[in-house]
Amino acid sequence: MYAPVTRGSGRTGWSPGFLVKLVLIALVDALGVYAVLAAWGAGSWGVLAAMVALLLVANWAYLTKRALPLKYILPGLVFLLVYQVYVVAYTGYVAFTNYGDGHNSTKEQAIEALLVQNERRVEGSPSAPLTVVADGGTLGFAVLSPDGVVRAGTAERALAAIDGATVSGGQVTALPGYEVLPYATVLERQQEVTDLRVPVSEDPNDGSVRTQDARTGYVFTSTLTYDPASDTMTDTVAGVTYTPNDDGQFEAADGSTLPVGWRVLVGFDNFVTAFGDDRYAGPFGKILIWTFAFAVLSVASTFLLGLFLAIAFNDTRLRGRRIYRTLVILPYAIPAFLAALLWSGLLNRSYGFVNEVLLGGASIPWLTDPVLAKVAVLGVNLWLGFPYMFLICTGALQSLPTDVLEAAKIDGAGRWRTWRSVTLPLLLVATAPLLISSFAFNFNNFTLIYMLTGGGPRFDDASVPLGHTDILISMVYSVSGLDGTAAKDYGLASALSIVIFVVVATISALAFRRTRSLEEIA
Amino acid sequence: MRRSILTAAALTATLALAACSGGAEEPAGEESAAPNGEGATLTVWVDETRQSAVEDAAAGFEESTGADVEVVLKNFEDIRPDFLAQVPTGKGPDITVGAHDWLGELTTNGVVAPIELGDTADAFEPVSVSAFTQDGQVYGLPYAVENIALIRNTQLAPEAPATWDDAVAAGEEAGTKYPLLIQTSTEGDPYTFYPLQTSFGAPVFEQNEDGSYTPELALGGEGGTAFAEWLAEQGEAGNLSTDVTYDIAVAAFAKGESPFIVGGPWMLEQFADLDLAIDPVPSAGGEPARPFVGVAGFYVSAQSENALLANDFLVNHMATAEAQLALYEAGDRPPALIEAADTASEDPITAGFREVGADAVPMPSLPEMGAVWAYWGVTEAAIVSGKSDPAKAWDKMVADIQGEIG
Repeated sequence: MYAPVTRGSGRTGWSPGFLVKLVLIALVDALGVYAVLAAWGAGSWGVLAAMVALLLVANWAYLTKRALPLKYILPGLVFLLVYQVYVVAYTGYVAFTNYGDGHNSTKEQAIEALLVQNERRVEGSPSAPLTVVADGGTLGFAVLSPDGVVRAGTAERALAAIDGATVSGGQVTALPGYEVLPYATVLERQQEVTDLRVPVSEDPNDGSVRTQDARTGYVFTSTLTYDPASDTMTDTVAGVTYTPNDDGQFEAADGSTLPVGWRVLVGFDNFVTAFGDDRYAGPFGKILIWTFAFAVLSVASTFLLGLFLAIAFNDTRLRGRRIYRTLVILPYAIPAFLAALLWSGLLNRSYGFVNEVLLGGASIPWLTDPVLAKVAVLGVNLWLGFPYMFLICTGALQSLPTDVLEAAKIDGAGRWRTWRSVTLPLLLVATAPLLISSFAFNFNNFTLIYMLTGGGPRFDDASVPLGHTDILISMVYSVSGLDGTAAKDYGLASALSIVIFVVVATISALAFRRTRSLEEIA
Repeated sequence: MRRSILTAAALTATLALAACSGGAEEPAGEESAAPNGEGATLTVWVDETRQSAVEDAAAGFEESTGADVEVVLKNFEDIRPDFLAQVPTGKGPDITVGAHDWLGELTTNGVVAPIELGDTADAFEPVSVSAFTQDGQVYGLPYAVENIALIRNTQLAPEAPATWDDAVAAGEEAGTKYPLLIQTSTEGDPYTFYPLQTSFGAPVFEQNEDGSYTPELALGGEGGTAFAEWLAEQGEAGNLSTDVTYDIAVAAFAKGESPFIVGGPWMLEQFADLDLAIDPVPSAGGEPARPFVGVAGFYVSAQSENALLANDFLVNHMATAEAQLALYEAGDRPPALIEAADTASEDPITAGFREVGADAVPMPSLPEMGAVWAYWGVTEAAIVSGKSDPAKAWDKMVADIQGEIG
């Protein structure tokens, strides 16, 4: 083997630090190899390929000297790929399929389900004690008829009477020419046993014997047969042939389809449906406006209240600042979904604490009046969100350079002037990115809407189950049937999610570009 | 430098293999420990109310077959979507507990396999088997039948009311805070209101002769309009109110604030110290008031690799009086197996619910039902609260549902 010249770097590689690194990489590799084996076992080839690629990259990155920056960013990059890029890409993929009710799985499974759903037990046929037998490697059934005759057969050979069988306890225990399989063997081959159909006679219309528990057999006939060669389903009773169509269903010449379909790529169909249904046209406009209003007002109100409190509690003349600060952060400690649920109880028209106690028995429809419901949603979100803004503003205020403020004072600027021209711009440099992320969060604040109003009160004039406080994401939830009110359509849900993603991503990108001009001030 | 990479890589690989081999040996050892080949494991999804009862039945099954049964506890609300999503991937359970009205969705998506009950079918309450039947095939092993009825506080009202107006009159006579209680809430509660609706002759879907539903809406028409107008009247009179939620209704009845409440056996725990009688829901529109019947049961996954074991477990071990009674004690719902139901009916309350259930109709399991729920309750609530004109709102609801069904 050709040995390259070492440039002195190999020697330093055997330091204790290098050994530690080696052990760590070995551990990561062990974990990776385990994952690869597990993926192999489960037959998940996509995961397997991704794991192999990740392992190779990780080993290369940490064992070569040429990839110094990669050593630092690789872990973050891996998590970004797995948790963000993969999720977005997969959602994108689903958006182009018809995944949903009626198109839930693969074609093979759909065919299997259709066949099994269209088997009928022959009416009046008795249930017969059955024993699973084997002729060499071929499985068969031995059936004990009510008249005491034992018949046996395999998938190829129709049932025929067999003499000399031993019957005990109502079950065949021995049979000439066949081997009676013990229960353990039956369990091992149970997939074959439940799939086995032993014809009753040479005439296929008489049906075939099948079993579900390897103890009792029933005579079934199939009304639907599948021909793998021509890829068609035939209804033997009606004599109709179904062929697969582009929507992932079996379709007859007259356009009727079989109920179970499978997932296929449907191109831009979902995007067309999302914007093509005129029942949604009216509500969509209102919901879009409300979503923007909700997100902007939520950020503005929480930021202003948080900032006000931060400034107030930052004044050194105030006593007990720590206690106030702790109290103000309390709402932040309660999980948002729990708080929303609590508030929906507090705001109940007749029994809620707000009406009953605070307003002395008034019956204000906080959650059922279109305008008040919006006010309530914004109010609760203010309560939930201001502690966060208070925290970041307090942090930003305390890190302001005092020399700049002193300089402003020396230059003769008043309180208001100092605040507006020095404090606020400096504050915004630190908080603007957080305001943008808060906007993106509130744009998709599903938890609050779902838990507080459920999107209600409903639009009176719309023909779809949407309401005045629905935002885009809760509309997606309802439109795609994920709330159980319509047939589930994950394809449509994904398509709409992608649209929302594009909207939020565009706004965030534009806003981040604007904040760069703020940084120039600093 | 390249050599250092090579050696390092080789060393890493060796270490990795060494680290691996420790873990890889374990499963091999486990397999060899089960020499009789009965290492098959049956996975069953249950929710907490049925966990112990299923575990007991599983213990007997494990003993007689040698197979393992793994009972997985899940939230009842999660079972349906998870079953739909996981069965196609091959990671779902072999058996899951479920409600009969999931059937339409489960078969459309091809995730459930039929169960041949054979002669055992006759041992079940007919309504429970027919609820799990679609196109002549049975897809679930029923274990409990549940329906609502009129629960009466015998100290406040000694007689069962014959009609809704009688009930209101008796309630007013009792001088309690509410004449009678029926959960409504701002979203409406069409399930609880259904017996009142059927008493006006407006069932939700048309029924075939054998009792199965067709996806043709039947809740419109004269009966529907009459029911809508009745809702508005009663709302105005204060007998119905959207402020009464489930919690409020149950709490008020437990405090003795009303002699009547329309509800199901799941409420009984809170009424432990009251003297109760179970009556049919009083008719409001003249025709008999038929509540929905819900049947709980077990489904077998279409992709189960242990289909044989699964069917054996259900048909031969869960369809026994013992197992069904254990489930009854855990959940209070009358058993579906007649023998077990007879035993459970020694309790007059259970017998009462069972008697009302004899007149009840199965909740439709058609996939179209989802569209109905979306509009039904809200419309009822809007009419009760006086926000909408009853006839117009009801007609719009029927049109909207029709639009959604297509």
